[in-house]
Amino acid sequence: MARTATAPGVPTTRLGKAALEVDDRLIVAGPLRRTLNKVFPDHWSFLLGEIALYSFIVLLLSGTYLTFFFDASMREVVYEGTYAPLRGAEMSAAYESTLYISFDVRGGLFMRQLHHWAALLFVASIVIHLLRIFFTGAFRRPRETNWLIGVALLVLSFAMGFTGYSMPDDLLSGTGLRIVSAIILAIPVVGTWVHWAVFNGDYVGEFIVGRMYIVHVLIVPAIILALIALHLLILVKQKHTQFPGPGRTEHNVVGNRLFPAFAGKAGGLFFIVFGVCAALGGLVQINPVWLWGPYNPAQVSAASQPDWYVMFLDGSTRLFPAWDLNLPGNYQIPALFWPTVVLPGILFTLLALYPMIERKLTRDTASHHLLQRPRDVPVRTSLGMMAITFYVVLLISGGNDVIAEKFDISLNAMTWAGRIGLVILPPLAYVFTYRICLGLQKHDREVLEHGLETGVIRRLPHGEFIEVHQPLGPVDEHGHGQLAYGGAPVPKRMNQVGGARRAIRGFFKPIEEPAQVELEQRQDEHGLAAAEADRELTTSGRPSDGGRPQEPRD
Amino acid sequence: MSTTNPQSDAPSGEGAPRGPRRWSRRVADGSPAAAARARRRSKQRRRVANVAGLMAALVLTGTLYSALSPAYATDESNTSESSAEAAGRELYERSCITCHGENLEGVPTRGPSLIGVGEAAVYFQVHTGRMPLVRQEAQGPDKPAVFSDEEIDQLMAYVQANGGGPTLPSGDLREGDLTEGGELFRLNCASCHNFVGEGGALSSGKRAPSLEDANDLEIYTAMLTGPENMPVFGDNQLTPEEKRSIVNYVQTVKEQADPGGFGVGRIGPVAEGVVIWVVGVAALLFGIFWMGSKA
Repeated sequence: MARTATAPGVPTTRLGKAALEVDDRLIVAGPLRRTLNKVFPDHWSFLLGEIALYSFIVLLLSGTYLTFFFDASMREVVYEGTYAPLRGAEMSAAYESTLYISFDVRGGLFMRQLHHWAALLFVASIVIHLLRIFFTGAFRRPRETNWLIGVALLVLSFAMGFTGYSMPDDLLSGTGLRIVSAIILAIPVVGTWVHWAVFNGDYVGEFIVGRMYIVHVLIVPAIILALIALHLLILVKQKHTQFPGPGRTEHNVVGNRLFPAFAGKAGGLFFIVFGVCAALGGLVQINPVWLWGPYNPAQVSAASQPDWYVMFLDGSTRLFPAWDLNLPGNYQIPALFWPTVVLPGILFTLLALYPMIERKLTRDTASHHLLQRPRDVPVRTSLGMMAITFYVVLLISGGNDVIAEKFDISLNAMTWAGRIGLVILPPLAYVFTYRICLGLQKHDREVLEHGLETGVIRRLPHGEFIEVHQPLGPVDEHGHGQLAYGGAPVPKRMNQVGGARRAIRGFFKPIEEPAQVELEQRQDEHGLAAAEADRELTTSGRPSDGGRPQEPRD
Repeated sequence: MSTTNPQSDAPSGEGAPRGPRRWSRRVADGSPAAAARARRRSKQRRRVANVAGLMAALVLTGTLYSALSPAYATDESNTSESSAEAAGRELYERSCITCHGENLEGVPTRGPSLIGVGEAAVYFQVHTGRMPLVRQEAQGPDKPAVFSDEEIDQLMAYVQANGGGPTLPSGDLREGDLTEGGELFRLNCASCHNFVGEGGALSSGKRAPSLEDANDLEIYTAMLTGPENMPVFGDNQLTPEEKRSIVNYVQTVKEQADPGGFGVGRIGPVAEGVVIWVVGVAALLFGIFWMGSKA
């Protein structure tokens, strides 16, 4: 860089000059510099939301390719394509074009499978991201808005998924659509009207696939894209939360700058996500619509389930008793209404309002930028585990016929296990999680007070055996640590505080001599044995630095 | 049959004391020589008459018995059974009789009557290993066949000879329209056997089994005879041609490779949900742990 010849700051390279020209016109250097210098805290769990973002990008790309060939029409056609077992069958144009994509379009089947796997991953990563936010308390003030946007994105991703797998008009998706039609009809008072509006008449009509198509490729993706943008803008404005640790406070952010460290990581993760989706899309068959056959309302197959994220509602329907509510005036509320409309309504309302509920209950209205460890908030963590248990029981019940068949269990037994489990397991999960949280808290306190267990057993002159503990900091006259718990992980093993030798190098086989490393480490006074060797002993034979682990006796 | 003896004895016992009294009255009318001749003749007559009477009574009893008890007559005609039927009877009496009874009439709470089930049912039940049953449970599971093909033929001959019923089809069982077979399969079979015959659960431990290991004839005879919880699809419900179409569809789809890669059981969303969590999410979590450790 021969910059000295000209005035400082004036670019000399070709690229620099071009950038200057751009900046002269748009004046972006300042904001861009601020953005590139933005610091993001570093923790593996902060990448979960990014997985959702990247799988959404994969969805946009692969979905666009699929729109080139998909015909969202319910026109009746006779199949004359490549797949022999369906040749001559009557089907809708939507199903025919899906077969065309699968068997005749170059890369079509791969794109379909990539799109479907990325969709499953999209919802899965949203759920994991949501759980991370929940269990670490990242939704607390000032981030309630982003929590609400996140819940909205989750619901929209369900809508995307449902319209997506319903469009091919195969026997499986048609069965799902029939169930949705029944759910809509089950809504009291407005059900029939809503059904007529959605389907433009009775089930199945000739409109629904075209309507789902426009919802799937334009309306919902546009809303999702807008909400993701808002989600990220709010994140940048409010700054990312961080876990407590050395030098981390409520008023700073410790981590890597956006450029180059964070951008490098994010770019790498994008390719990992793309790679996993592509590998699944190329290697594992998903939604083989040619096996399901064209939709015919007279036909229904065993084991007709929705994709995993909606399966919990199928489970709730299977578990709920057939309690039709007969009202005077020949009016009926079908049993289907409760597990498929009321239950998800309650669940998503509770989910969306949780930050406000917790704020009300704890009266904690302060702003928080430091995250909490799940063990430090046992009530919230236990509530979360309770919700997960509830969800998982419903999810498993959604596939209970497949489990019954594969594992040779009575289907009736599966249903009753689900019903009983749905009532009994969540409270048990609450109790167990609560106890585990308290146990982990106590162990943190114990290590801070008494030090790390070294595994070194020492025999005192009068015959008593004690285990030597390594205090984490200064100790008082009883050998008790003076450190307070700061919400950060407490080291629990000696090698976390440099008590162990470093690992021998070499991935498949050692590339250095273990004895040599041992000697080298001894010289550098690394490891437990080296520290033990020159430890002073007091007159009583106890280590002067608080080796006594338990209750002070002297 | 031991039951015929006391019945045939009874009338001859009643007739015997009446005979001598009647002859003795006639003897009293003639001269001594004539009486002696007559006595000799009458002795012979008496013997002949006794034998004839006994024979008549026996024939009458036998005729009456056979008229009133047709099962006895069937059993009598079985003297002409073929060697295959005889061998089948022997197998039957060794392995099946406990639950299906000595005359294939069935035993209450153990096994149903086999009269009229036909050789098709025998073929399906024995060839898939469902019979002989190991124990009474919700449904007999399929297992490796206990009998050899020859023994199965003998059992089929025995059951077919005693009551008749649906017989095995002949010719190419896949001689049918593939597309029509698919349509009929989805209409009649998929509701229990899943989209392409992967099997499904029914109530209380019963199930519609996977068609993965089924051969053409097993699928055909299953439709024909409706084993276990399966309904009978008689020839008036699904014609033999339609049955052949269904067999053709099931076997063709079963043999075709999965164009999309590993098929994960071809059961749809449950298996796919397991894959995305156990493979997809797990791989990505590993990825971000690894990225986190590189910080």
